[in-house]
Formats: sequence, C-alpha cells, structure tokens
Amino acid sequence: MYQWVSLISLWAIPVTIAFVLLYGWRKQVPVYETFVEGAKGGLTTTIRILPHLIAMMVAVTMFRESGALELLLGLLRPVLDTLHFPEELVPLALLRPLTGTGSLAIATDLIAQHGPDSFLGRLAATMQGSTDTTLYVLTVYFGAVGIRNSSYALKVGLWSDLAGVIFSLLIVTYVFSK
Amino acid sequence: MLNIIWLALIVISIVVAAINGRMELINQAAFDGAKTGVTVCFGLLSILAFWMGLMRIAEKSGLLELLARALSPLIQLLFPDVPKGHPAIGYILSNMSANLLGLGNAATPMGLKAMEELQKLNGDKQVASPAMCTLLAINTASITIIPTTMIAIRMQYGSVNPVEIVGTTLLSSFAATIVALLIDRLYRYRHVRRYR
Repeated sequence: MYQWVSLISLWAIPVTIAFVLLYGWRKQVPVYETFVEGAKGGLTTTIRILPHLIAMMVAVTMFRESGALELLLGLLRPVLDTLHFPEELVPLALLRPLTGTGSLAIATDLIAQHGPDSFLGRLAATMQGSTDTTLYVLTVYFGAVGIRNSSYALKVGLWSDLAGVIFSLLIVTYVFSK
Repeated sequence: MLNIIWLALIVISIVVAAINGRMELINQAAFDGAKTGVTVCFGLLSILAFWMGLMRIAEKSGLLELLARALSPLIQLLFPDVPKGHPAIGYILSNMSANLLGLGNAATPMGLKAMEELQKLNGDKQVASPAMCTLLAINTASITIIPTTMIAIRMQYGSVNPVEIVGTTLLSSFAATIVALLIDRLYRYRHVRRYR
C-alpha cells in the first residue's frame, strides 16, 4: 500500500505533463503559445486570492499568538483525546467547509509551525486538498439559478467533508507510519 | 457568514491577548500575518501559472472532451432522472472532468450551465431537485488528481518531497466522493418516498 501511494505521488505529475503535451502536439495545438496564454491566467487568479489570503492570515496569526487557539484546544481536549483526533487540526477541520482561503491560511500556518514533512504538516495538506468549500459551492451553484431551498444538499456536503477529514487522518496515518 | 467568522477571530484574539497580557505579540502577529499572506500568495503563483498553462493545452487539444466521453457511462447511474441526450449531461460531464484535472476555474462555469439545464427539468423552481443535489455532492467532494496549491505551499516551506501528498490526497478525496454519493443516494431515496 505504501509503495503504491508513493508511486502514484511520484509519477502523477510527470505522466500528466508528458501526456498533455504529447496529446496536444498530436492534435496540432501550438503547445508553447497555448501554455503561455494559460499561464497568464495563473497571475489573475493569484492576484484575486491575495487580498483574501492577507485578511485570513492576519486573523489566524492573531488567533494563535493571542493564546485564543490554546484556550480553544484546551476546551476541546477531553473530547478529542477519546476520539484520538490530533487537536491541532480541529480549527482546519471546522473552517474547511466554510471558507476556502480561511482554511488555506490555517493549513499554511500548520505547515509553517510543524514543518511540511511532519505528520501534522502532511495531514493538513491532505485534508486541505481532498475536500472543497461546501458552503461556497452551494451558494454559488444554487444562487445562480435562484434555488432558495437547498433540500438535503447541505447535509450531504457536510457529511462528505467529515468523511474527507476522517479518511485523510486514516490514510496519512497508515501511509506515513511505515 | 464570512464576515462573522473573520470578525470573531480578530475580536476574540484581541480580548484574549488583553487578558493574557500579550498585546505586543498581537501587534507583531497582525503584521506578520499580512506578510505571510503575501509571501504564500507569490509562492502559489509559480505552480498555479504552470498548471494553468498546461491545462490550457489539455482544454484546446480536446483532452477534456475525451475524458468526458470516458466518464459518460457513469451519468446514467448518477443521474437516473435526466433524460438521455439532454444538454445537461454534456455540461455535467465537462464539469466532472474539469474538477478531476484540478481546473476549478473551468469547472465552475460548466457546473453553472449544468445547473441551468437541470433547473429547466425541475418542477419546483425554488427547491433543489435530487439531480441538483447530486451535482452539488460531486462538486463539494471533488476528486483532485493534483493538489497544486498544497504542493506549492509544501515547496515554500522546504519539504524534502513536496509531491508525496499527491497519493494520499487522491485516495482520501476518492473515498470521500464515494461516501458523498452514497449519502446523497440515501437522502434522495428518503426524499422521494416522503414527497410521492
């Protein structure tokens, strides 16, 4: 299992790059010009995230430095200890469905504090990467067509976020403990 | 919602810092946080630009359509109440394939188009139909092959092997998507029974 997962990790990007380029070449797409044109879009996206990320990073850093984070984790500790859930990841798990940039700020902070190759750093990255911002998706998709009553969609979204958190914990523990 | 979360985080921090006597730390934290925001964002730029450039080639060469065709047998299973050959199906497939490639920017317009088409089939225009809920479930638990943002951040903080979380992310998001679809089915079944 461990070998397979690290094999996927190692090969996923080079294989994707080679495949996309070769396929584009065969379909007579001007690969270089198309790449440059698309990469320009990365600039716009980054600029669009920037103000959100600044706002969220300020709030998250203040929350940690003030001691409010310790206080929150202290309150949650008895519950989490029985569940064997790492307490440092609670803020990330709670904010993930609500705000994309907010949880990105928390994940970044965790990686900076504990190191990217620590258990917590890997878990934070996996958790952040494996679910989407349920509330945002719901608002945008249903808002666009004028749906007022989302029926059971929010419940499904939140359950799947919880599943994402649990699977991340199990898979990261299993894969990286060897 | 976001307004309340952001406000609460900052106000609680200041109150707690006042009680703990950590006011100097909080001044520092505010400016440090803003600075981290900027550095992280510029770290993202490199990978995001690279990936979006590559994916533009995938889009132009018709690779996205190819992937959509490969996924089409799934549609009948996931959306039993959308008639065969309905325009919604094409959009749903493009949305799913764009999500799979981590193309959030291409996925959203396609998803919105699919929603519009599903709304035409919807009996009550104010209430989400079961098909709409399924489309949403797919989008909230989106399977990602390459988690570009997290790779960029791991790189920035000096990871020995930034891509080693690709496999774990893929597995975990795949499992979460399966669970999302199962739960969606469960609710759909209950919903249909109640309103028949």
